Amino acid sequence: MKNYYDIIVVGAGPAGSVAARYAARHGVSVLLLEKDRDVGYPVRCGEAVNKSRITEFIDPDEKWICAHINKFRFVAPNDKEVTLQFREEGYILERRIFDYQLAKLASEEGAEVVTRAYVNGLIIDEDCVRGVKALIRGEEIKIKSKIVIAADGVESRVGRWAGLKTHIDFRDMESCVQVTASNINNINPDTCYFYFGENVAPSGYFWIFPKGNHIANIGLGVSGIIGKKKSALKYFNQFMERRYPDAPFLTSIAGGVPCSVTLKKISSNGIIMTGDAARQVNPLTGGGISSGMIGGSIAGDIAGHSIKRNTTDYLSKYPELWHQQVGKKHEIYNRIKNGIYNFTDDKFNKIADSVLKLPDDKRTLRNVFTTALINQPSLLLDVAKVFIY
Amino acid sequence: MEYKQAKIGKLLIEIIPDRCDFCGCCVGVCPEDAIELKEAEIRIIAENCTNCSKCIWSCPIEVIKFNKEGILV
Repeated sequence: MKNYYDIIVVGAGPAGSVAARYAARHGVSVLLLEKDRDVGYPVRCGEAVNKSRITEFIDPDEKWICAHINKFRFVAPNDKEVTLQFREEGYILERRIFDYQLAKLASEEGAEVVTRAYVNGLIIDEDCVRGVKALIRGEEIKIKSKIVIAADGVESRVGRWAGLKTHIDFRDMESCVQVTASNINNINPDTCYFYFGENVAPSGYFWIFPKGNHIANIGLGVSGIIGKKKSALKYFNQFMERRYPDAPFLTSIAGGVPCSVTLKKISSNGIIMTGDAARQVNPLTGGGISSGMIGGSIAGDIAGHSIKRNTTDYLSKYPELWHQQVGKKHEIYNRIKNGIYNFTDDKFNKIADSVLKLPDDKRTLRNVFTTALINQPSLLLDVAKVFIY
Repeated sequence: MEYKQAKIGKLLIEIIPDRCDFCGCCVGVCPEDAIELKEAEIRIIAENCTNCSKCIWSCPIEVIKFNKEGILV
């Protein structure tokens, strides 16, 4: 490892690894730092993605595809089920292999990858970020750079050290608990299950995503406003006791998903932020893999360009590009989320009933949303915008 | 709504490290950058903490609690 790199990326999740790769393509020196000892582990993720959104960044490989998804099933509080055929293909990933591959792709473009590298501060000079301070295998070191890309996940401390406001309202933080359970025999291997309801996962949802061989990711997220009274763990245990009292857990994990619009400011002198750290998660679904990779690709590309042109002023283009490509959609998703958050059990049950009256071929995701929001014209308009984009 | 409480010189928030999963939820909602998280180590930076409790509410697995006695810092 050297004591200077053109670009330092903090965090080797999908956003960080893609940022490192897109930056390294410009032939500049890139260092990718990961705090954990392994890239891709521990997995704090439901691992569901839309195929078409990730193949731009990585060729599909059965090594990291656990299941191919073509149906969604929504379960109302009264246990009524609505199944939708998904017109595209979805995957349930094996993130520990997927993330590893993404980091490998970055390294193949020339990025240097260092794990167990805990970044604990920034080098700031004349109001500009000029590198990081890190604890690497017990040694405090300083590494200088022209640009730091903060992809440090939900914690998002790196941006704070540069003076950016990165913390999010606790009400927008979905607190999650998930297990990977075996002996899950009553689910279709091609269907993602979503459960809603005040007793299941208020202001969030409960999910079962199949991983093949009777294994599934089972988890839930609830807003911090709910956690004030009852924790995600309690809701989780309640559901599992009712539905899968004897299922063995192969892994169990906690996690936080920032479900809000993108931060107001995601760049500053010498630093840009991407992925969960920049709050680039789809606030409606809580999915952050594909949007993080898009954010990472824009961030990496712009950082690489900036070094090549020898001007970090170019970094200021980043927020606008992100907003155009994804950010403005997230603003709409966020409004829809806020509408759905307040649905009562009765409302969810009624939606299920109305959708079940539709003929099978009319049961599209769009129609479900339209039915769901029929009494809220302002939100309906938002839904229309999502599907027009 | 304003949740921030005055600094009172006592740290009232406590993390039970043996039960912590190091997920970072609490760090993400902390308005004061008062929690430090490494791979499998977590601590509250007492001088930054304002006892606002947001970390307690957002912890998925009830690892952070309010210590009514307070820890003198």
